[in-house]
Amino acid sequence: MIRWLQKLYYPIQAGHYRLERHSMGLALGIIFAASIGGFVEIAPLFTIDETVESAPDMRVYTPLEQAGRDIYVREGCYLCHSQMIRTLADEVDRYGPYSLAVESQYDHPMLWGSKRTGPDLARLGGKYSDDWHVAHLIDPRAVVPKSVMPHYAFLADTPLETASLPARLAALRAVGVPYSDEMIENAARDALGQVRPDSDRGDEVLERYGDDTQIRNFDGDTQRLTEMDALVAYLQILGKLTDVAQVTESAAIEADMEAVQ
Amino acid sequence: MAAKLTFAERQVALLILVVIALVGLAMAALGAGDAMGVHGFIVLIASLGLIFVLGASLDAPAPTEDRSREYYDDPIKVGIVLAMVWAVIGMGVGDWVAWMLAYPDLRFDAAWSSFGRMRPVHTTGIIFGFGGNALIATSMHVMQRTSRARLAGQIAPWFVLLGYNLFVVLAVTGYVMGVTQSKEYAEAEWYADIWLVIVWVAYFALYIRTLARRNEPHIYVANWYYLAFILVVAVLHIVNNLAVPASFTAAKSYSLFSGVQDAMTQWWYGHNAVAFFLTAGFLGMLYYYLPKRAQRPIYSYRLSILSFWGIVFFYIWVGSHHLHYTALPHWVQTLGMTFSVMLLVPSWASAGNALMTLNGAWHKVRDDATLRFMFVAAVFYGLSTFEGSFMAIRPVNSLSHYTDWTVGHVHAGAMGWVALITFGAIYAATPIIWRRETMYSWKLVEWHFWLALAGTVIYIFAMWNSGIVQGLMWRTYNEAGTLQYSFMDTVEAMHPYYIARAIGGLLFLIGAIIGFYNIWMTARDVRGEVHTLDHPTGSEAGEPAVPVAE
Ligand code: HEC
Ligand code: HEM
Ligand code: HEM
Repeated sequence: MIRWLQKLYYPIQAGHYRLERHSMGLALGIIFAASIGGFVEIAPLFTIDETVESAPDMRVYTPLEQAGRDIYVREGCYLCHSQMIRTLADEVDRYGPYSLAVESQYDHPMLWGSKRTGPDLARLGGKYSDDWHVAHLIDPRAVVPKSVMPHYAFLADTPLETASLPARLAALRAVGVPYSDEMIENAARDALGQVRPDSDRGDEVLERYGDDTQIRNFDGDTQRLTEMDALVAYLQILGKLTDVAQVTESAAIEADMEAVQ
Repeated sequence: MAAKLTFAERQVALLILVVIALVGLAMAALGAGDAMGVHGFIVLIASLGLIFVLGASLDAPAPTEDRSREYYDDPIKVGIVLAMVWAVIGMGVGDWVAWMLAYPDLRFDAAWSSFGRMRPVHTTGIIFGFGGNALIATSMHVMQRTSRARLAGQIAPWFVLLGYNLFVVLAVTGYVMGVTQSKEYAEAEWYADIWLVIVWVAYFALYIRTLARRNEPHIYVANWYYLAFILVVAVLHIVNNLAVPASFTAAKSYSLFSGVQDAMTQWWYGHNAVAFFLTAGFLGMLYYYLPKRAQRPIYSYRLSILSFWGIVFFYIWVGSHHLHYTALPHWVQTLGMTFSVMLLVPSWASAGNALMTLNGAWHKVRDDATLRFMFVAAVFYGLSTFEGSFMAIRPVNSLSHYTDWTVGHVHAGAMGWVALITFGAIYAATPIIWRRETMYSWKLVEWHFWLALAGTVIYIFAMWNSGIVQGLMWRTYNEAGTLQYSFMDTVEAMHPYYIARAIGGLLFLIGAIIGFYNIWMTARDVRGEVHTLDHPTGSEAGEPAVPVAE
C-alpha cells in the first residue's frame, strides 16, 4: 500500500517541481483549485426552485420601511441582532416559527447576522407598541435597566431624507425587487403618506402596498417625518411581510400529530 | 522617496497623482452633501499632499548608481510603520468597543461613537489596516529576497502601498459616517471597492513581474501563499461586492444578491477572507521568517505541497458552516461541515511542518523572543484550526453560533495566530530593512511577547466561558417545560467576562504600543548601522536565500 502510494506520489512531486518554475502556471492552478467549491455550492442556489419557497402573498417593503432598513444597516444593528431563527426547539420557543428563505427574498443585502448580543429580531413586528420602541431607542436603560444596547436618541430629532427614495427603490428594482413604476415615482410621497392616516396620501399607500400596510404616526411627533418613524416602521414589519412561516409551522405540527396517531 | 526615481519616473508619478486628485475633486463636487463628498475631499487632500512632497524634490539630482544591484526597501519601511499605526488604531478601538459592551455609556454622546459604527472600525482597521499593511510590506521583502532580485518598478510598490491605505481610510471614515454595505469584512461602499480592485491588479502585476526577474529557478513556498492570497482575495472581493448604487453621486448601494443567495455568497467570501487573507498570507510569512530566523530548513517539502494545495482546495467549500440550521438548504450545510473537518488535515500539516522545523533549535526559541512569537503563533494556528473544525460540526455549532464562543475562536486565530506571527515577522524584518545589527531593545521585545501572550490567553478564556455559559442558558428548560432564562438574564451573566476580556485586550494593546516604540527607535538609532547587509545575487552565490536541507 505504502509502496503504491509512493509510486503515485513521486510523479506528482516531480510535476510540482516543474510547476514551481512557472509563476503564471502556479497562478492558474490556484485559481482553478479555488473555484471548484464555490461553483458547486453557490451556483445551484440560483437555479434550484426548492431553495426558496413560494409565498404569493408576500409584499415588498414600503419606502418608509426601506428607509428604516437603511438606517438599521447604517447604525450596525445587525452586529448585535440576528434576523434568522434557526430550526432548533429553544429558538422556536423563544422567538417564534423558524425563518424561511422566502422571508428574506427581497432583502438586499440579507441581515441574518452572526452574533446575538441582543435578541433575534426576525419576528419582532407587533411584539411591542410604537411607544415602547421609541422610548427604548431613545434610552434603552430607561426601559431595560441592565441593557447594553447603545442609545439612538438622535433619530427622533433627525428629519428623514426622502428625496433619494425613488433612486433607491429604482436600484432595488434593478437587483430584482418587483417595485412598479408608480411605486418608484411616488416613493417620497408615500414615505410621508405612511405616517398620515386618514389622508389621501395614506390611502394611496394602502392602494399600492396592500390593505394590511400599517399607516400611522410611529414616533409620536405628528409634526415631522423623522428617522425614528422610519426605523420603527421597519421594526414593526419584521416577520410580517408574509405569514408563510406560521402556515408552514402549523402544517408541520399537524403532520406530526397525524404521525403520532 | 523621490530621490531614487529618475526624472521620467517622477513625471509619471506626478501624472498619476494629478489624475487621482481630479477624481477626488469630482467626487467632492458631485457628492457634496453626501458622505461621498467628504471622501472626495480626503482623496483630494491625500493626493495634493503627495504632489507637494514629490514636487518639492522634482529637480533633485537623479540617481546615478545601478539600482538593480540593490533591494528596494523604502516602501517596506513605510509599510511596517503604517502597519503599526493601524495596529494601535485597530486594537485601541477594539478595546474601546470591548469596554462599551461592559459599560455601554462609556462613549461620546454622538451618533458616530455607537457600538454599531465603531465595531467595523475595529475589524477593518485591524484586519485590513494592520494585517494588510503587514502582508504587503513582508511580501515585498519576501519576494525580493527569495528571488534574489529587486522589486519590479519604482512607482508600482508605492502605488500599491499608498493606494491600499487610501482604501482603508475611505472604508474606516465611511463607517464613522454611517456608510456601510453591512457585509461583514466587506463593509466598504462601491467606489472604495472599485479602487481596491485597481490597486489589487497593480499588486498582482508587481508580484508576477518581480518573480519574473528572479535569479532562482524555483519559486519558494512562501510566494505560493502570497500569490494565493492576492489571487483569491481578488475573486472573492469582486463577486461579493457586486452591487447597484442608488446614485453615482452618493455612497449608498444595494447588493446584487438577496436573502439566502446573499447569505451564501457573503459567507463564501467571509470564510475565505479568513482563509486567504488571515491564513494564506500569514502562512507565507511563516514559511519565510521562521526558517530564516531559526536558521533551519523547512522540515518537509512534501508536507508543504500537501498543505498548500489542501488549503487552497478545501477552504472554498466551508463557508456554509456559518449558516447551520438556517434557511440554507441542508445539503450545502453538510458539504460545509464535511470539508471543514477535512480541512484540519492540511491545517495541521502546516502547523506541524512549522513546529518540526524548530526541532533542534529549541534553545533559540527559549532565548529569542522574536522566534518565540513565531513559535507561539504556530501553536495558536494549530489550536484555532482545531477549534474551528470542531465548531463546524453541526450539533456543536448549535451551541456556539451567535455566542461569544465564536468571538473567542476569532481572537484565538486573530490575536494568537495573525497578530503574533506578524509581530515575529516584523521584528525579524525591521533590522534587515533598516540595515541595523539588531532591534533597538531586545528587552522590550520580551515585554511585548509576554504582554501579548497574557492578553491573548485572558481574552480567549473569558470568551470561551461567556460563550458556553450563554449558549447553555439560552437552551435550558425548567421542569415545567418552558425556557428557564430570559434573554436579559444571559446579558447580565456576560458582564464579568466582558470586563476580563477588555483587560486582556488592554494588555495586548500596551504590548503593541511598546513594539511600535521599539521599531521606531530602531529606525532612528543609527548607532547599530551596517551598510551592506544584503543585496541581489545569483543563485550560485555563497549563502542560500532560505536555509536548505543538506
Ligand atoms: C451593543 C449591541 C447592540 C446594538 C448595536 C443594538 N442593540 Fe438592540 N438590543 C441589545 C440588547 C443587549 C438588547 C436586550 C436588552 C434590551 O431590550 O435593551 C437589545 C434589545 C433590542 C430590542 C428589543 C427586542 C426584544 O425582543 O425585546 C429591539 C427592538 C432592539 N434592540 C433594536 C435595536 C435597533 C433597531 C438597533 C440599531 C439602531 C439596535 N437594537 C442596536 C443590544 C444591541
Ligand atoms: C487589543 C486586542 C483586541 C480587542 C480588545 C478586541 C476586541 C473585539 C471586540 C470587543 C469585538 C466585538 C465582539 C462582539 O461583537 O461581541 C471584536 C470583534 C472582532 N475582532 Fe477583535 N479585538 C482585539 C484584537 C483583534 C485582532 C488582532 C484581530 C485581527 C487580526 C481582531 C479581529 C476581530 C474580528 C474579525 C472580529 C469580528 C468577530 C465576529 O464577527 O465574530 N481583533 N474584537
Ligand atoms: C480549519 C480551520 C478553521 C475552521 C474549520 C473554522 C471554522 C469556523 C466556524 C465553524 C466558525 C463559526 C461560524 C458561526 O457559527 O457563525 C468560524 C468563525 C470565524 N473564524 Fe474560523 N475556522 C478556522 C480557522 C480560523 C482561523 C485560522 C481564523 C483566523 C483568524 C479564523 C477566523 C474566524 C472568524 C473571523 C470567524 C467569525 C466570522 C463571523 O461570524 O463574523 N478561523 N470559524
